[in-house]
Amino acid sequence: MSKKTLEVHWGKHQRGYIENLNRQIANTPFEGYLLEDIVKISYNRGSPQPAFNNAAQAWNHDFFFTSLKPGGGKSPTGEIAELIDKQLGSYDNFVKEFKLAAASQFGAGWAWLALKEAKLVVEKTPNAINPLIWDHIPLLVLDVWEHAYYLDFQNNRPDYVSTFLEHLVNWDIVNARLDRAKAFMNWGEPDWDLFDKDADILTYEEAGIDVVEDSS
Amino acid sequence: MTRHLAGSRPSDILGFFCFGGSILSGGVAMASAMTRLGRRGIGSARWSSMAVAGQQSRASHSFTLPDLDYDYGELEPAISGEIMKLHHTKHHQTYITNFVKALEQLEQAEKDGNAEAIVKLQGAINFNGGGHVNHSIFWKNLAPSKSGGGEPPEGKLASAIKDEFGSLEKLIAKMNADGAALQGSGWVWLGLNKDLKQLAVQTTANQDPLASKGLVPLLGIDVWEHAYYLQYKNVKPDYLKNIWKVINWSDVSSRYEANL
Repeated sequence: MSKKTLEVHWGKHQRGYIENLNRQIANTPFEGYLLEDIVKISYNRGSPQPAFNNAAQAWNHDFFFTSLKPGGGKSPTGEIAELIDKQLGSYDNFVKEFKLAAASQFGAGWAWLALKEAKLVVEKTPNAINPLIWDHIPLLVLDVWEHAYYLDFQNNRPDYVSTFLEHLVNWDIVNARLDRAKAFMNWGEPDWDLFDKDADILTYEEAGIDVVEDSS
Repeated sequence: MTRHLAGSRPSDILGFFCFGGSILSGGVAMASAMTRLGRRGIGSARWSSMAVAGQQSRASHSFTLPDLDYDYGELEPAISGEIMKLHHTKHHQTYITNFVKALEQLEQAEKDGNAEAIVKLQGAINFNGGGHVNHSIFWKNLAPSKSGGGEPPEGKLASAIKDEFGSLEKLIAKMNADGAALQGSGWVWLGLNKDLKQLAVQTTANQDPLASKGLVPLLGIDVWEHAYYLQYKNVKPDYLKNIWKVINWSDVSSRYEANL
Protein backbone atom coordinates (compact mmCIF):
# COMPACT_ATOMS: atom_id res chain seq x y z
CA MET A 1 0.00 0.00 0.00
CA SER A 2 1.73 3.10 -1.20
CA LYS A 3 2.47 6.20 0.81
CA LYS A 4 0.44 8.21 -1.68
CA THR A 5 -2.60 6.04 -1.08
CA LEU A 6 -2.40 6.50 2.68
CA GLU A 7 -1.83 10.23 2.32
CA VAL A 8 -5.02 10.60 0.32
CA HIS A 9 -7.05 7.89 2.04
CA TRP A 10 -6.27 9.00 5.58
CA GLY A 11 -5.41 12.65 4.94
CA LYS A 12 -8.29 13.49 2.62
CA HIS A 13 -11.07 10.89 2.78
CA GLN A 14 -10.95 10.13 6.49
CA ARG A 15 -10.25 13.71 7.44
CA GLY A 16 -13.28 14.72 5.40
CA TYR A 17 -15.57 12.23 7.13
CA ILE A 18 -14.46 13.36 10.56
CA GLU A 19 -14.66 17.08 9.88
CA ASN A 20 -18.02 16.74 8.20
CA LEU A 21 -19.33 14.64 11.05
CA ASN A 22 -18.19 17.18 13.62
CA ARG A 23 -19.98 19.89 11.69
CA GLN A 24 -23.09 17.74 11.44
CA ILE A 25 -23.37 16.87 15.13
CA ALA A 26 -22.40 20.24 16.55
CA ASN A 27 -25.19 21.48 18.80
CA THR A 28 -27.21 18.31 18.40
CA PRO A 29 -27.90 15.55 20.91
CA PHE A 30 -25.17 13.46 19.22
CA GLU A 31 -22.46 15.86 20.36
CA GLY A 32 -20.35 14.13 22.97
CA TYR A 33 -21.55 10.63 22.11
CA LEU A 34 -19.12 7.80 21.48
CA LEU A 35 -18.66 7.27 17.75
CA GLU A 36 -19.83 3.66 17.93
CA ASP A 37 -23.06 4.80 19.56
CA ILE A 38 -23.67 7.47 16.95
CA VAL A 39 -23.28 4.80 14.27
CA LYS A 40 -25.73 2.39 15.89
CA ILE A 41 -28.32 5.03 16.73
CA SER A 42 -28.22 6.99 13.48
CA TYR A 43 -28.60 3.78 11.46
CA ASN A 44 -32.17 3.95 12.68
CA ARG A 45 -33.09 0.39 11.65
CA GLY A 46 -32.38 0.95 7.97
CA SER A 47 -33.66 4.51 7.52
CA PRO A 48 -30.37 6.19 8.29
CA GLN A 49 -30.27 9.68 9.67
CA PRO A 50 -27.96 12.20 7.96
CA ALA A 51 -25.10 11.64 10.40
CA PHE A 52 -24.93 7.91 9.68
CA ASN A 53 -22.82 8.07 6.54
CA ASN A 54 -20.08 10.23 8.02
CA ALA A 55 -20.14 8.49 11.39
CA ALA A 56 -20.04 4.98 9.96
CA GLN A 57 -17.36 5.83 7.42
CA ALA A 58 -15.24 7.53 10.09
CA TRP A 59 -15.59 4.43 12.29
CA ASN A 60 -14.93 2.01 9.43
CA HIS A 61 -11.83 3.82 8.26
CA ASP A 62 -10.37 4.09 11.74
CA PHE A 63 -11.01 0.37 12.23
CA PHE A 64 -9.38 -0.28 8.86
CA PHE A 65 -6.22 1.77 9.39
CA THR A 66 -5.67 0.12 12.77
CA SER A 67 -6.18 -3.29 11.12
CA LEU A 68 -3.02 -2.72 9.10
CA LYS A 69 0.61 -3.02 10.04
CA PRO A 70 3.83 -3.09 8.06
CA GLY A 71 5.23 -6.60 7.82
CA GLY A 72 1.91 -8.09 8.84
CA GLY A 73 -0.29 -10.64 7.17
CA LYS A 74 0.12 -14.39 6.67
CA SER A 75 -1.33 -16.87 9.12
CA PRO A 76 -1.95 -15.64 12.66
CA THR A 77 -0.83 -16.96 16.01
CA GLY A 78 -2.56 -16.81 19.33
CA GLU A 79 -6.18 -17.18 20.16
CA ILE A 80 -7.51 -15.97 16.80
CA ALA A 81 -5.56 -18.75 15.11
CA GLU A 82 -7.20 -21.37 17.30
CA LEU A 83 -10.63 -19.87 16.79
CA ILE A 84 -10.17 -19.78 13.01
CA ASP A 85 -9.14 -23.42 12.96
CA LYS A 86 -11.99 -24.43 15.21
CA GLN A 87 -14.77 -22.41 13.61
CA LEU A 88 -13.73 -21.68 10.01
CA GLY A 89 -11.94 -24.95 9.33
CA SER A 90 -8.47 -23.62 8.64
CA TYR A 91 -6.56 -20.45 7.82
CA ASP A 92 -6.72 -21.36 4.13
CA ASN A 93 -10.46 -21.65 4.39
CA PHE A 94 -10.65 -18.25 6.03
CA VAL A 95 -8.56 -16.81 3.19
CA LYS A 96 -10.87 -18.35 0.61
CA GLU A 97 -14.01 -17.00 2.27
CA PHE A 98 -12.52 -13.57 2.85
CA LYS A 99 -11.33 -13.25 -0.77
CA LEU A 100 -14.77 -14.26 -2.00
CA ALA A 101 -16.51 -11.71 0.22
CA ALA A 102 -14.14 -8.94 -0.86
CA ALA A 103 -14.45 -9.78 -4.56
CA SER A 104 -18.22 -10.23 -4.61
CA GLN A 105 -19.08 -6.96 -2.87
CA PHE A 106 -20.45 -5.15 -5.94
CA GLY A 107 -19.53 -1.51 -5.93
CA ALA A 108 -18.25 0.13 -2.77
CA GLY A 109 -18.07 -1.62 0.60
CA TRP A 110 -16.11 -3.58 3.16
CA ALA A 111 -15.09 -7.17 3.91
CA TRP A 112 -15.10 -8.23 7.57
CA LEU A 113 -14.06 -10.93 9.98
CA ALA A 114 -16.44 -10.58 12.91
CA LEU A 115 -17.97 -12.37 15.86
CA LYS A 116 -21.65 -13.16 15.61
CA GLU A 117 -22.90 -14.60 18.88
CA ALA A 118 -19.51 -16.05 19.81
CA LYS A 119 -18.98 -17.54 16.32
CA LEU A 120 -16.55 -16.24 13.73
CA VAL A 121 -18.13 -15.02 10.49
CA VAL A 122 -16.74 -13.58 7.29
CA GLU A 123 -19.14 -10.97 5.98
CA LYS A 124 -19.38 -8.10 3.51
CA THR A 125 -21.24 -4.82 3.69
CA PRO A 126 -22.09 -2.14 1.09
CA ASN A 127 -21.09 1.51 1.17
CA ALA A 128 -20.94 2.71 4.79
CA ILE A 129 -22.73 -0.12 6.50
CA ASN A 130 -20.84 -2.16 9.09
CA PRO A 131 -21.69 -5.19 11.27
CA LEU A 132 -22.16 -3.02 14.39
CA ILE A 133 -25.71 -2.45 13.23
CA TRP A 134 -26.34 -6.19 13.61
CA ASP A 135 -24.69 -6.23 17.04
CA HIS A 136 -21.80 -8.25 15.67
CA ILE A 137 -18.33 -7.56 17.02
CA PRO A 138 -15.90 -6.72 14.19
CA LEU A 139 -12.36 -8.06 14.47
CA LEU A 140 -10.82 -7.22 11.09
CA VAL A 141 -11.84 -5.20 8.04
CA LEU A 142 -10.68 -4.51 4.50
CA ASP A 143 -11.83 -1.39 2.64
CA VAL A 144 -12.93 -2.38 -0.88
CA TRP A 145 -14.09 1.04 -2.03
CA GLU A 146 -12.13 1.79 -5.19
CA HIS A 147 -10.37 4.71 -3.51
CA ALA A 148 -8.65 2.23 -1.19
CA TYR A 149 -6.76 0.48 -3.99
CA TYR A 150 -7.11 2.41 -7.23
CA LEU A 151 -3.81 4.31 -7.13
CA ASP A 152 -1.87 1.09 -6.44
CA PHE A 153 -3.84 -1.61 -8.20
CA GLN A 154 -6.28 0.19 -10.56
CA ASN A 155 -9.13 -2.22 -11.25
CA ASN A 156 -7.30 -5.25 -9.89
CA ARG A 157 -9.16 -5.75 -6.62
CA PRO A 158 -8.14 -9.42 -6.23
CA ASP A 159 -4.43 -8.53 -6.12
CA TYR A 160 -5.16 -5.83 -3.55
CA VAL A 161 -6.99 -8.36 -1.36
CA SER A 162 -4.13 -10.87 -1.65
CA THR A 163 -1.58 -8.21 -0.78
CA PHE A 164 -3.61 -7.26 2.29
CA LEU A 165 -3.83 -10.86 3.47
CA GLU A 166 -0.18 -11.65 2.82
CA HIS A 167 1.51 -8.45 3.97
CA LEU A 168 -0.69 -6.08 5.93
CA VAL A 169 -3.09 -7.79 8.34
CA ASN A 170 -2.40 -6.75 11.91
CA TRP A 171 -3.20 -10.02 13.70
CA ASP A 172 -1.97 -8.58 17.01
CA ILE A 173 -4.80 -6.10 17.09
CA VAL A 174 -7.23 -8.80 16.00
CA ASN A 175 -6.20 -10.82 19.05
CA ALA A 176 -6.59 -7.74 21.23
CA ARG A 177 -10.06 -7.11 19.82
CA LEU A 178 -10.94 -10.74 20.41
CA ASP A 179 -9.84 -10.41 24.01
CA ARG A 180 -11.99 -7.34 24.50
CA ALA A 181 -14.91 -9.03 22.79
CA LYS A 182 -14.93 -11.73 25.45
CA ALA A 183 -16.31 -9.19 27.88
CA PHE A 184 -19.35 -8.76 25.65
CA MET A 185 -20.07 -12.29 24.58
CA ASN A 186 -21.83 -15.17 26.17
CA TRP A 187 -19.24 -17.94 25.96
CA GLY A 188 -21.46 -20.46 27.73
CA GLU A 189 -20.95 -22.29 31.00
CA PRO A 190 -17.57 -21.71 32.62
CA ASP A 191 -15.26 -24.63 33.19
CA TRP A 192 -16.10 -25.29 36.82
CA ASP A 193 -13.02 -27.43 37.24
CA LEU A 194 -10.97 -24.29 37.12
CA PHE A 195 -12.65 -23.06 40.28
CA ASP A 196 -11.55 -24.18 43.74
CA LYS A 197 -14.75 -25.75 45.04
CA ASP A 198 -13.37 -25.96 48.55
CA ALA A 199 -12.68 -22.29 48.90
CA ASP A 200 -14.74 -20.57 51.57
CA ILE A 201 -17.16 -17.95 50.47
CA LEU A 202 -16.53 -14.92 52.66
CA THR A 203 -18.76 -11.98 53.42
CA TYR A 204 -17.35 -8.55 52.76
CA GLU A 205 -16.87 -8.12 56.49
CA GLU A 206 -14.93 -11.38 56.83
CA ALA A 207 -12.76 -10.41 53.93
CA GLY A 208 -12.05 -7.07 55.57
CA ILE A 209 -13.57 -4.96 52.83
CA ASP A 210 -15.39 -1.81 53.87
CA VAL A 211 -18.71 -1.35 52.18
CA VAL A 212 -20.11 2.15 52.33
CA GLU A 213 -23.89 2.24 52.38
CA ASP A 214 -25.35 4.41 49.69
CA SER A 215 -27.32 7.12 51.48
CA SER A 216 -29.39 8.28 48.47
CA MET B 1 -37.44 -12.24 -32.52
CA THR B 2 -36.17 -10.75 -35.78
CA ARG B 3 -32.69 -9.34 -35.94
CA HIS B 4 -31.97 -5.91 -37.34
CA LEU B 5 -28.75 -4.80 -38.97
CA ALA B 6 -26.20 -2.73 -37.13
CA GLY B 7 -27.51 0.78 -36.70
CA SER B 8 -30.77 -0.04 -34.97
CA ARG B 9 -32.08 2.65 -32.71
CA PRO B 10 -31.30 2.81 -28.99
CA SER B 11 -35.03 2.95 -28.28
CA ASP B 12 -35.59 -0.54 -29.64
CA ILE B 13 -32.88 -1.94 -27.44
CA LEU B 14 -33.95 -0.15 -24.31
CA GLY B 15 -37.60 -1.01 -24.85
CA PHE B 16 -36.69 -4.58 -24.06
CA PHE B 17 -35.82 -3.69 -20.51
CA CYS B 18 -39.45 -2.89 -19.90
CA PHE B 19 -40.35 -6.37 -21.10
CA GLY B 20 -42.98 -7.68 -18.69
CA GLY B 21 -43.01 -11.46 -18.67
CA SER B 22 -41.03 -13.95 -16.64
CA ILE B 23 -37.42 -13.64 -15.59
CA LEU B 24 -36.60 -16.24 -18.23
CA SER B 25 -38.07 -14.43 -21.21
CA GLY B 26 -36.71 -11.18 -19.82
CA GLY B 27 -33.27 -12.73 -19.81
CA VAL B 28 -33.64 -13.88 -23.41
CA ALA B 29 -34.98 -10.50 -24.50
CA MET B 30 -32.11 -8.71 -22.81
CA ALA B 31 -29.64 -11.12 -24.37
CA SER B 32 -30.96 -10.49 -27.88
CA ALA B 33 -31.15 -6.78 -27.23
CA MET B 34 -27.61 -6.77 -25.85
CA THR B 35 -26.40 -8.60 -28.94
CA ARG B 36 -27.54 -5.66 -31.02
CA LEU B 37 -25.84 -3.18 -28.74
CA GLY B 38 -22.60 -5.14 -28.84
CA ARG B 39 -22.65 -5.54 -32.60
CA ARG B 40 -23.08 -1.85 -33.26
CA GLY B 41 -19.46 -1.43 -32.34
CA ILE B 42 -18.29 -3.83 -35.06
CA GLY B 43 -18.41 -3.40 -38.84
CA SER B 44 -21.20 -5.01 -40.83
CA ALA B 45 -18.73 -7.41 -42.50
CA ARG B 46 -17.89 -8.98 -39.17
CA TRP B 47 -21.55 -9.01 -38.25
CA SER B 48 -22.48 -11.31 -41.12
CA SER B 49 -19.61 -13.73 -40.48
CA MET B 50 -20.61 -13.82 -36.83
CA ALA B 51 -24.20 -14.54 -37.76
CA VAL B 52 -22.98 -17.61 -39.61
CA ALA B 53 -20.51 -18.68 -36.92
CA GLY B 54 -22.88 -17.96 -34.06
CA GLN B 55 -25.04 -21.03 -34.51
CA GLN B 56 -23.41 -22.80 -31.56
CA SER B 57 -25.48 -21.58 -28.61
CA ARG B 58 -28.99 -20.22 -28.49
CA ALA B 59 -28.18 -16.67 -27.31
CA SER B 60 -24.90 -16.21 -29.18
CA HIS B 61 -22.83 -14.59 -26.44
CA SER B 62 -20.88 -12.34 -28.73
CA PHE B 63 -20.97 -9.12 -26.72
CA THR B 64 -17.81 -7.24 -27.40
CA LEU B 65 -16.21 -4.04 -26.27
CA PRO B 66 -17.46 -1.21 -28.50
CA ASP B 67 -14.76 1.01 -29.98
CA LEU B 68 -14.57 4.62 -28.88
CA ASP B 69 -15.16 7.35 -31.46
CA TYR B 70 -12.05 9.17 -30.24
CA ASP B 71 -8.57 8.43 -28.93
CA TYR B 72 -8.01 7.94 -25.21
CA GLY B 73 -6.19 11.23 -24.81
CA GLU B 74 -8.65 13.36 -26.72
CA LEU B 75 -10.86 14.17 -23.74
CA GLU B 76 -8.03 15.82 -21.85
CA PRO B 77 -7.78 17.85 -19.72
CA ALA B 78 -11.30 17.04 -18.53
CA ILE B 79 -10.62 13.30 -18.32
CA SER B 80 -7.09 11.94 -18.56
CA GLY B 81 -6.05 9.46 -21.24
CA GLU B 82 -4.84 7.12 -18.50
CA ILE B 83 -8.33 6.98 -17.01
CA MET B 84 -10.03 6.56 -20.39
CA LYS B 85 -7.77 3.65 -21.30
CA LEU B 86 -8.23 1.82 -17.99
CA HIS B 87 -11.92 2.58 -17.90
CA HIS B 88 -12.48 1.24 -21.41
CA THR B 89 -10.05 -1.68 -21.68
CA LYS B 90 -10.22 -2.92 -18.09
CA HIS B 91 -13.45 -1.93 -16.35
CA HIS B 92 -15.86 -2.07 -19.28
CA GLN B 93 -14.20 -5.18 -20.70
CA THR B 94 -14.48 -6.92 -17.30
CA TYR B 95 -18.19 -6.19 -17.15
CA ILE B 96 -18.58 -7.76 -20.59
CA THR B 97 -16.45 -10.79 -19.72
CA ASN B 98 -18.39 -11.44 -16.53
CA PHE B 99 -21.71 -10.76 -18.25
CA VAL B 100 -20.95 -13.41 -20.86
CA LYS B 101 -19.83 -15.82 -18.14
CA ALA B 102 -23.02 -15.26 -16.16
CA LEU B 103 -25.16 -15.78 -19.27
CA GLU B 104 -23.36 -19.04 -20.00
CA GLN B 105 -24.00 -20.16 -16.44
CA LEU B 106 -27.63 -19.13 -16.88
CA GLU B 107 -27.90 -21.24 -20.01
CA GLN B 108 -26.51 -24.21 -18.14
CA ALA B 109 -28.85 -23.64 -15.20
CA GLU B 110 -31.78 -23.50 -17.61
CA LYS B 111 -30.69 -26.79 -19.21
CA ASP B 112 -30.42 -28.32 -15.74
CA GLY B 113 -33.80 -26.94 -14.75
CA ASN B 114 -32.15 -25.40 -11.70
CA ALA B 115 -34.57 -22.63 -10.69
CA GLU B 116 -32.57 -21.61 -7.66
CA ALA B 117 -29.42 -21.08 -9.71
CA ILE B 118 -31.36 -19.16 -12.36
CA VAL B 119 -32.67 -16.70 -9.80
CA LYS B 120 -29.32 -16.44 -8.05
CA LEU B 121 -27.57 -15.51 -11.28
CA GLN B 122 -29.80 -12.47 -11.82
CA GLY B 123 -27.59 -10.41 -9.51
CA ALA B 124 -24.48 -11.04 -11.56
CA ILE B 125 -26.37 -10.59 -14.83
CA ASN B 126 -27.91 -7.29 -13.77
CA PHE B 127 -24.65 -5.97 -12.38
CA ASN B 128 -22.39 -6.91 -15.26
CA GLY B 129 -25.00 -6.45 -17.99
CA GLY B 130 -25.91 -3.11 -16.48
CA GLY B 131 -22.24 -2.17 -16.49
CA HIS B 132 -22.04 -3.00 -20.19
CA VAL B 133 -25.21 -1.06 -21.05
CA ASN B 134 -24.28 1.97 -18.99
CA HIS B 135 -20.72 2.30 -20.23
CA SER B 136 -21.75 1.80 -23.86
CA ILE B 137 -24.04 4.82 -23.48
CA PHE B 138 -21.36 6.78 -21.61
CA TRP B 139 -18.73 6.51 -24.36
CA LYS B 140 -21.21 7.98 -26.86
CA ASN B 141 -22.17 10.73 -24.44
CA LEU B 142 -18.59 12.01 -24.54
CA ALA B 143 -16.73 13.76 -27.36
CA PRO B 144 -13.54 15.78 -27.73
CA SER B 145 -14.11 19.53 -28.00
CA LYS B 146 -12.92 19.47 -31.60
CA SER B 147 -15.82 17.11 -32.39
CA GLY B 148 -18.40 19.22 -30.60
CA GLY B 149 -17.83 18.12 -27.02
CA GLY B 150 -19.07 20.78 -24.63
CA GLU B 151 -21.14 22.65 -27.21
CA PRO B 152 -24.55 23.38 -25.69
CA PRO B 153 -27.59 21.53 -27.00
CA GLU B 154 -29.89 23.01 -29.61
CA GLY B 155 -33.36 22.34 -30.93
CA LYS B 156 -35.96 20.27 -29.15
CA LEU B 157 -33.70 19.14 -26.32
CA ALA B 158 -32.60 22.69 -25.58
CA SER B 159 -36.22 23.86 -25.26
CA ALA B 160 -37.14 20.89 -23.14
CA ILE B 161 -34.23 21.59 -20.79
CA LYS B 162 -35.30 25.21 -20.49
CA ASP B 163 -38.90 24.20 -19.78
CA GLU B 164 -38.04 21.56 -17.21
CA PHE B 165 -35.07 23.09 -15.41
CA GLY B 166 -35.08 26.79 -16.29
CA SER B 167 -31.71 26.77 -18.03
CA LEU B 168 -28.84 24.51 -19.01
CA GLU B 169 -26.80 25.92 -16.10
CA LYS B 170 -29.51 24.89 -13.64
CA LEU B 171 -29.63 21.37 -15.10
CA ILE B 172 -25.86 21.09 -14.80
CA ALA B 173 -25.96 22.39 -11.23
CA LYS B 174 -28.57 19.81 -10.30
CA MET B 175 -26.73 16.92 -11.88
CA ASN B 176 -23.51 18.00 -10.20
CA ALA B 177 -25.19 18.30 -6.81
CA ASP B 178 -26.86 14.91 -7.09
CA GLY B 179 -23.70 13.30 -8.41
CA ALA B 180 -21.62 14.73 -5.59
CA ALA B 181 -24.13 13.67 -2.96
CA LEU B 182 -24.33 10.09 -4.23
CA GLN B 183 -22.85 7.80 -1.58
CA GLY B 184 -20.84 4.84 -2.76
CA SER B 185 -20.81 3.89 -6.44
CA GLY B 186 -23.34 4.82 -9.10
CA TRP B 187 -24.40 7.10 -11.93
CA VAL B 188 -26.19 10.42 -12.30
CA TRP B 189 -28.49 10.60 -15.32
CA LEU B 190 -30.56 12.91 -17.45
CA GLY B 191 -33.45 10.69 -18.39
CA LEU B 192 -36.73 10.87 -20.24
CA ASN B 193 -40.05 9.79 -18.85
CA LYS B 194 -41.64 8.64 -22.09
CA ASP B 195 -45.18 8.54 -20.75
CA LEU B 196 -45.13 12.06 -19.38
CA LYS B 197 -42.69 13.30 -22.05
CA GLN B 198 -40.73 14.88 -19.24
CA LEU B 199 -37.03 15.17 -18.58
CA ALA B 200 -35.76 14.13 -15.16
CA VAL B 201 -32.48 13.98 -13.26
CA GLN B 202 -32.06 10.64 -11.49
CA THR B 203 -29.28 8.72 -9.81
CA THR B 204 -28.79 4.96 -9.83
CA ALA B 205 -26.67 2.83 -7.52
CA ASN B 206 -23.85 0.57 -8.66
CA GLN B 207 -24.63 -0.55 -12.24
CA ASP B 208 -28.41 -0.47 -12.02
CA PRO B 209 -29.60 0.67 -15.45
CA LEU B 210 -31.77 3.78 -15.59
CA ALA B 211 -34.54 1.68 -17.08
CA SER B 212 -35.02 0.27 -13.58
CA LYS B 213 -36.39 3.71 -12.65
CA GLY B 214 -38.73 3.80 -15.61
CA LEU B 215 -36.70 6.37 -17.55
CA VAL B 216 -34.94 6.29 -20.90
CA PRO B 217 -31.26 7.19 -20.44
CA LEU B 218 -30.16 10.22 -22.45
CA LEU B 219 -26.99 11.26 -20.66
CA GLY B 220 -25.15 9.35 -17.96
CA ILE B 221 -22.20 10.46 -15.85
CA ASP B 222 -20.24 7.68 -14.19
CA VAL B 223 -19.50 8.65 -10.59
CA TRP B 224 -17.82 5.39 -9.56
CA GLU B 225 -14.43 6.30 -8.13
CA HIS B 226 -12.68 4.52 -11.00
CA ALA B 227 -14.11 7.15 -13.36
CA TYR B 228 -12.07 9.96 -11.83
CA TYR B 229 -9.78 8.82 -9.03
CA LEU B 230 -6.39 8.77 -10.74
CA GLN B 231 -6.86 12.38 -11.82
CA TYR B 232 -9.09 14.01 -9.24
CA LYS B 233 -8.53 11.74 -6.19
CA ASN B 234 -11.31 12.39 -3.68
CA VAL B 235 -12.40 15.69 -5.24
CA LYS B 236 -15.43 14.37 -7.11
CA PRO B 237 -16.95 17.87 -7.52
CA ASP B 238 -14.00 18.97 -9.71
CA TYR B 239 -14.52 15.97 -12.01
CA LEU B 240 -18.20 16.85 -12.29
CA LYS B 241 -17.41 20.48 -12.99
CA ASN B 242 -14.99 19.61 -15.80
CA ILE B 243 -16.78 16.77 -17.54
CA TRP B 244 -19.30 19.16 -19.08
CA LYS B 245 -16.51 20.37 -21.39
CA VAL B 246 -16.60 17.01 -23.18
CA ILE B 247 -20.29 16.16 -23.12
CA ASN B 248 -21.57 15.25 -26.58
CA TRP B 249 -24.91 17.04 -26.56
CA SER B 250 -25.60 16.02 -30.13
CA ASP B 251 -25.68 12.36 -29.02
CA VAL B 252 -27.92 13.26 -26.09
CA SER B 253 -30.23 15.14 -28.48
CA SER B 254 -30.46 12.17 -30.85
CA ARG B 255 -31.49 9.90 -28.01
CA TYR B 256 -34.06 12.45 -26.85
CA GLU B 257 -35.62 12.91 -30.28
CA ALA B 258 -35.60 9.18 -30.98
CA ASN B 259 -37.75 8.63 -27.90
CA LEU B 260 -40.31 11.39 -28.24
